[in-house]
Amino acid sequence: MSLQPLLEVRNLQVHFPVSRKLFKSNRQFVRAVDDVSFTIAPGETLGLVGESGCGKTTLGRAALKLVEPTGGRILLAGEEITAFKASRLRAVRRRLQIIFQDPYASLDPRMTIANIVGEALDIHRLTPTKLARRQRIERLLDDVGLDPSQLERYPHEFSGGQRQRIGIARALAVEPALIVCDEPISALDVSVQAQVINLLRDLQDQRGLAYLFIAHDLAVVEHISHRVMVMYLGKIVEAGEARIICRTPKHPYSQALVSAVPTLDPLARRKRIVLAGEVPSPIEPPGGCPFHPRCPLAEARCKTEPPALRQVAPDHWVSCHLVAD
Amino acid sequence: MSLLEIRNLQLEFGEPQHSVCALDGVSLSLEAGETLCLVGESGSGKSVTALSIARLLPSPPARYRRGEILLNGQDVLKMSASELRAIRGGVVSYIFQEPGTALNPVQRVGSQIKEALKLHRPDAATDQEVLRLLKTVRIPAPEARMRSYAHELSGGMQQRVMIAMALASHPRLLVADEPTTALDVTIQAQIIELLRELKQQFSMAILLITHNLGIAAELADRAAVMYAGQIVESGPAVELLRDPLHPYTKALIGSVPGLASEALRLKTIPGSVPRLGAWPAGCRFHPRCPQAQIPCSQQDFELLQALPGRGVRCPFFRSTSLPSLSV
Repeated sequence: MSLQPLLEVRNLQVHFPVSRKLFKSNRQFVRAVDDVSFTIAPGETLGLVGESGCGKTTLGRAALKLVEPTGGRILLAGEEITAFKASRLRAVRRRLQIIFQDPYASLDPRMTIANIVGEALDIHRLTPTKLARRQRIERLLDDVGLDPSQLERYPHEFSGGQRQRIGIARALAVEPALIVCDEPISALDVSVQAQVINLLRDLQDQRGLAYLFIAHDLAVVEHISHRVMVMYLGKIVEAGEARIICRTPKHPYSQALVSAVPTLDPLARRKRIVLAGEVPSPIEPPGGCPFHPRCPLAEARCKTEPPALRQVAPDHWVSCHLVAD
Repeated sequence: MSLLEIRNLQLEFGEPQHSVCALDGVSLSLEAGETLCLVGESGSGKSVTALSIARLLPSPPARYRRGEILLNGQDVLKMSASELRAIRGGVVSYIFQEPGTALNPVQRVGSQIKEALKLHRPDAATDQEVLRLLKTVRIPAPEARMRSYAHELSGGMQQRVMIAMALASHPRLLVADEPTTALDVTIQAQIIELLRELKQQFSMAILLITHNLGIAAELADRAAVMYAGQIVESGPAVELLRDPLHPYTKALIGSVPGLASEALRLKTIPGSVPRLGAWPAGCRFHPRCPQAQIPCSQQDFELLQALPGRGVRCPFFRSTSLPSLSV
């Protein structure tokens, strides 16, 4: 890629200490994110899929420095922000925003919509007058498909889908370049999910936004993403172009994930790979390839040698010993 | 005689003066050994329908205004407390969305299963039978797991324990209320496979409640779609999902992205699901319906027999694969 990436993450690591047992000397860590690297170009959507506990939310937050990384580097438009402290981070946050999974918990119930959306405008002193502030908020609400006349209302007066739109308006207020979308539709009704997905796409087309789109629903991720990463136990196991990852994945874990998606059309039903067992504890991840205890294809070397993320095609990386170059 | 027949059920919550209607004229039937999937969004009434079968809703506040629920030909709504106790578990067993909250946290899972056996099959209330049940639901190392507490098990394992407990009494009907919603996709696939096997092995009927159309397609023989307290469409699952008739079913199927679909934009349903007690007059879907006509806002339509075995609560339905029929 010749373009300078908007966000570049190199060897990012987030290890959380686990409370120490009495008289036990060695401190244990949860390796929530372990040596993860990726880039996001301006206007691009990078999908991030994985099961609960794989570290995808932590990765999304660490990329914005909402969670302090314990290792690695984060570069925003070529500038290293890894070591930035509060005051310099504030400027960075104008360009990096986040929307959360639960639209019920992520909006302050005692603030009006105008103040929820306007708070960021105030912090960054983006609107000089009260009138300008109000007009800006009205336009933002209109942009996300809400009635601007409702700006003095409180979050409880809105449905789940509308609340998620408020969360999107809040993120858009500072005109960011990248929004981390952390499972933005999983808490919504099926008929409302499509509205929010289409809104995110329209906003991307109009404003050239980049997204890091975190979800566990592969079909949704394929629909919205240009590129996709599959995460397992804190590591990226496969990454590449969305269609390739979601249709013809090479890593056995991605293959199982794709085959686990229930399909509407019984005639087109794929042969399902049902994985044995469950995701192991990230405190003591299995040696070698972290997926080997559940992998239907595992060989002897998978138990000892950790596979590296290798490039197998122009835009396709896989971390598996058994995938040929 | 059907195993379960619900006729014109109407359910309200709250004081009679200012009550909120939750179910309005729900009718459905389920044959022995059949799997019926009740599909709908939150607030559509699918869970209260399911809980009504064994009268699990406390009343008050729940009040049944009309209708009957015939289980093996007997009306559940007219049963005494002791009769209800016999059918709960004895005829109909439940598994719920969040197995973690449905299990007793201070009792070992083995003894919880044994409790179900003591109530319904006292002769079989033994450790061997508990082990056999845990093996039936494919719990690894069942001898050790018997002595575990619920919090020591993962969500998938907890759901397996719930299923073992539900099977302990040899029910004729298993009601599964969003059994995989709280689970990860790969674990969801495991539970779907397990339910599919158990259905064949035990030839019991399953009433599966889900908002996920894909799961309905995987498991159901027949499906019924609920919207705002009513069944708007019912029929054989394959046909219903391939050729939906009701505008709501069509829109719902159109709004779900499939893997490897080429659509650039998803079809959306404008607006949001109406809140309980704020249902629009006439057809409840008409404010969001792309095909709404003048009568839709005034007339409450009945569930019509559109095709053999297929009901639809819309006189203006269109079939994509069949020539239009006059009804």
